[in-house]
Amino acid sequence: MTAHLKQDEPDTRNLLDDMVQGIIGKPLARPDGLGKVTGTAPYAAEYPIANCLEGVLVTAPFTKGTITGVHKDSVLSMPGVVAVIDDQRLTARAAQGGAGEAPAQPARKVGYFGQPIALVVAESFEQARDAAKHLTFEYRAENVADVPLDPEKTDAEPQDGATRQGDLAQAMSQAAHSVDVTYTTEGHSSAAMEPHAAIAQWDGNSLTVHASLQMPNYNISELADALDLGEDQVRLIARYVGGGFGSKLGISEEAVAASIAAMELERPVRVVLSRQQVFQTIMRRSETSQRFRLAADENGRLTGFGHEARVSQLPGESFAEPVLQSSEFLYGGENRLLQLEVARIHRMTAGSVRAPGEAVGMPALESAMDMLAEEVGIDPVELRLRNIPECHPVNGLPYSSRKLAECLEQGAEAFGWDHGPRKPRQRREGEWWIGTGMASAARVHNVAEARARVTLKPDGTALVETDMTDIGTGTYSIVGQVAGEMLGLPMDRVLVDLGDTDSPRGPGSGGSWGASSICSAVFVACEDMRATLAKKAGVSVEELKLKDGGVIGGASLVELLDGEELSVEGHYEPGAVEDDFTASGYGAFFAEVRVNRFTGETRVDRMLGAYGFGRVLNAKTARSQCLGGIVWSIGAALTEALLFDPVDGHIANCDLAEYHVPVNRDVPDLEVIMVEERDPAASPIQAKGVGELGMCGGAAAIGNAIYNACGARVLGFPMTPDRVIAAMPE
Amino acid sequence: MRPFDFQRADGLDHASQLCADGDSKPIAGGTNLIDLMKLQVETPQTLVDIHRLPMGQIADTDDGGLRIGALASNTATAVHDRVRSDYPLLARAILAGASQQLRNKATTGGNLCQRTRCYYFMNIDQPCNKREPGSGCGALKGIARLHAVLGTSDQCIATYPGDMAVAMSALGATVEIADTSGKSRSVAVRDFHCLPGDTPWRDNVLEEGELITAVILPPPVEARQLYRKVRERSSYAFAMVSVAAVVALEDGRFSRADLAFGGLAHKPWHDPRLSELLLNKEPSAQLFDEAADVLLDSAQGYGENDFKIPLARRTLAAVLAEATGMEL
Amino acid sequence: MPITINSQTYDLPDDPRVTLLDFLRHDLALPGTKKGCDHGQCGACTVLVDGMRINSCLSLAAMHDGDHVTTIEGLGTPAAPSKLQQAFVDYDGYQCGYCTPGQICSATAMLQEIANGWPSDASESLEGPMEASGAEIRERMSGNLCRCGAYANIVAAIEDVAAQEDPA
Repeated sequence: MTAHLKQDEPDTRNLLDDMVQGIIGKPLARPDGLGKVTGTAPYAAEYPIANCLEGVLVTAPFTKGTITGVHKDSVLSMPGVVAVIDDQRLTARAAQGGAGEAPAQPARKVGYFGQPIALVVAESFEQARDAAKHLTFEYRAENVADVPLDPEKTDAEPQDGATRQGDLAQAMSQAAHSVDVTYTTEGHSSAAMEPHAAIAQWDGNSLTVHASLQMPNYNISELADALDLGEDQVRLIARYVGGGFGSKLGISEEAVAASIAAMELERPVRVVLSRQQVFQTIMRRSETSQRFRLAADENGRLTGFGHEARVSQLPGESFAEPVLQSSEFLYGGENRLLQLEVARIHRMTAGSVRAPGEAVGMPALESAMDMLAEEVGIDPVELRLRNIPECHPVNGLPYSSRKLAECLEQGAEAFGWDHGPRKPRQRREGEWWIGTGMASAARVHNVAEARARVTLKPDGTALVETDMTDIGTGTYSIVGQVAGEMLGLPMDRVLVDLGDTDSPRGPGSGGSWGASSICSAVFVACEDMRATLAKKAGVSVEELKLKDGGVIGGASLVELLDGEELSVEGHYEPGAVEDDFTASGYGAFFAEVRVNRFTGETRVDRMLGAYGFGRVLNAKTARSQCLGGIVWSIGAALTEALLFDPVDGHIANCDLAEYHVPVNRDVPDLEVIMVEERDPAASPIQAKGVGELGMCGGAAAIGNAIYNACGARVLGFPMTPDRVIAAMPE
Repeated sequence: MRPFDFQRADGLDHASQLCADGDSKPIAGGTNLIDLMKLQVETPQTLVDIHRLPMGQIADTDDGGLRIGALASNTATAVHDRVRSDYPLLARAILAGASQQLRNKATTGGNLCQRTRCYYFMNIDQPCNKREPGSGCGALKGIARLHAVLGTSDQCIATYPGDMAVAMSALGATVEIADTSGKSRSVAVRDFHCLPGDTPWRDNVLEEGELITAVILPPPVEARQLYRKVRERSSYAFAMVSVAAVVALEDGRFSRADLAFGGLAHKPWHDPRLSELLLNKEPSAQLFDEAADVLLDSAQGYGENDFKIPLARRTLAAVLAEATGMEL
Repeated sequence: MPITINSQTYDLPDDPRVTLLDFLRHDLALPGTKKGCDHGQCGACTVLVDGMRINSCLSLAAMHDGDHVTTIEGLGTPAAPSKLQQAFVDYDGYQCGYCTPGQICSATAMLQEIANGWPSDASESLEGPMEASGAEIRERMSGNLCRCGAYANIVAAIEDVAAQEDPA
């Protein structure tokens, strides 16, 4: 049976708080932990499947054109080579998150340098890898000099949905204080530690694919569509996912290629992308150029707010890095102009990388706000506090629950923020200037439709099944905690079965909607189940107190079930409540950095993030998400930049040696504050998203600290030593 | 990786014979060679395993110097008692490079022969005169962030990426090389690596079949030894610029100023004019600036790497100030 | 000579191109050792060879004849985890878990390196003894990338074990 909830109203019952098992929110260790630390948790490429062939993708050595012929015989006589796949169904790109349909086909139409064009299949990995380098093919390439590659030198299309209110130009000219500044950010790569991988098996009618996926619920449609199969012929399994950060939202080239090969060759086929291929063929976060015009009165209250941004994308792709997202509602200012434009260029596909939009929009905004605070001559924390609007500055909607002020205040307090006058170059230790900076955090709250089946077994244990994934976020933990809390079961009596499309469709892990959406589906199922159990126990559902496998002072679940099994599929849908509120997670970052006055090197000495994201479902895994967000902030602030070749648009630094994700030594002592909050409009469990919020603005706290330390106002992220030196006053 | 014939050398002579053919490569730690073989940047037909040859010893020389066997791991060198006490610059340079895992495998000889990290060299879909003579230089019109500003040619602007050799250059070390006939020759580390000129495929002076057997450090001197590596990431990253310094003062004047630089050129950069300028002079901000003028008088940037010119100047000043105890 | 892995001996692969990493993952069905980059740039493939940590991706299996290799599977099991393995669970020293076996193998060797008095780039002095301080652990663990950003918890887990009398 199914229990359904479409949330049209805020749920202020806070039912989880009335439960008595006492595990919700607790910092419990992950049930999947021992598997991970002992190397026994299997990731996509690691299933021992007999007779499995190995496939390696071949990529295009040109930017734009068409593959006109593939010389299969150039490799078919090589040892171990079984086949060359250049099927029309091979995909040229990964699907965008939530696409639910096949990504661009066929692969022979090339739109960016390094695009997959064929698959070489052999008995061993070594044979396939070598043969893939030997495959010859013919192509017609357009003159690369005529192919647009530089977003700054290409005309851009304005996107729909611009905000125009009042007269920003006039507000700027009449402002007591104003800032007009343009910040740039470079492209980013998700760089999840597990490369994209798939093992496909075909039994003549149905396809089973072990793959590394964030959203099997969409991926099943994408893969079925790409292969012209029915969804009922496809099963995806993704029980352990070695990180996603957006890069595994959509079905990607290796899964489609492995599937076609398995179907054609009637043998299992494994395809794992090389690290270089992950960089070149999956998704980049677009570089951005963002102009801010901030107008304020003498007290620093915003009268005008302008945020105009340019991002880039391949022609034909709809995704555009939504950098304005939180600028829409975070601060006031009655005269507003927010406009996003997209330059169409032939770099690889732009798509979602952790916190698309705010990950780069917020650092730029919060840097401009730091300049405004200096302009006005007030403390930057105070500037934020003065500009928290009563309601959405354009549509007038109320905020659902907003802990921005609390985060700013509690964060400042815990960090030991000095509210005094701020002037650069006040502290020096030897070669190092030391300074502090802060920034607000904001990330829109999302939810998505979700289903999960909860089964109470006659032995009094529960099983939760959904195709939802755990990409490191803690889904195994929190799903178990919600079910255990509602049904009165300790964690070791709840088995959570994730990542298999034979189970009910979850929401997928993306947009930070996973936790609140899937846990709401589990909650809905459990609420229904509690009504049944209350009836069996002869009490009202309000009176039903379940703990440790039974009614407190009454029958055990085993007795209540009496040999029966109870199974309910919870079905949660976002509803009209979304239209009535502006819902977002909020926070504040505080950082202390040191900048070497000779070399411009920046090291973060300490950093704090204070966040309000509704109910905390597991304090340990939620904190870890926040820690990860701060680490990403450090990377975005100081080291991460994709470098695109100006001649053909390929990524020059397409490996982990030269694309610098932070290392352990880059990360100092970190402090996380999770502000107590329930957001009844966000979800029936009063929770909001965590993972992305953790990085939305953090890079600005570091950049502002660099300015405070040494006086270098660097107008581009990342703030590498060369840029810091160039901006440093002598 | 292309198929190759795997041979195990049972002695130095055997290894030299096996390596005499231009399509053979010796392999010891393999941390650079296997990396490049997977990319098919290196495609040896024969791989000669030398890693178990007894060439890993680190031993005192008769004159009080130190002989570091070609197969001593970077870790073994960095933690060696005498390296730590007498050649701290070398220990520091090694420890500033790569990761412990890589240093545990990488060897003295292999590290000297480490190839460039130029993006275009490492990508066989791109032109590179070093990898494929005559194909052009992708970096010249492309992304030159890692690239050289000194001693470049119109054929190649790649850098030597290592740290260890920069320290060895400043220390005035010598490379001991065995040829195929069993004869030994010595080349100063400062002369071991080549500039690209019009033979950019040539990284160093090794002839076919020649193998590095050791590096000889001269007897230690009374001096401050500093290694400064500038990098945006605080660890596990190649140098943007690095400076190795062996510096001593007598009566407030430089009595020794041996400097070498990483990240600036196709080789660890050593310019004898620097010590000529500095010797017998009192340290001062102006003098450091003059030293930088000399160091960089022929420097040329290629866009993305223009920053290396001011960065080298500033880093040199920082190192000289630290070495002389001056406050700048 | 055969290779010994987690106390069991195996014959080396026929194809000399097979790396130690692929030999473990494919040929021996020991996928606990992870392939993150295959080029020595991430540390996910870290294993111990005669007690020393190396990147198994940059090592040919054929060159390990006679060597004793310990992988994550050899350090502990879900029923009997090592102290470091348990500490990583307790401190949430991971998220997605993909870099975790490499981190733990690396940390296992690192504690021994500190006990040996080996210096690091973060050491004030090159002369021992060395301490398992936060700054030392951070530098010494920098050859193991964690994209989830679990570093703070990884350091906490290692510090806890290092402070115990017998970290093994």
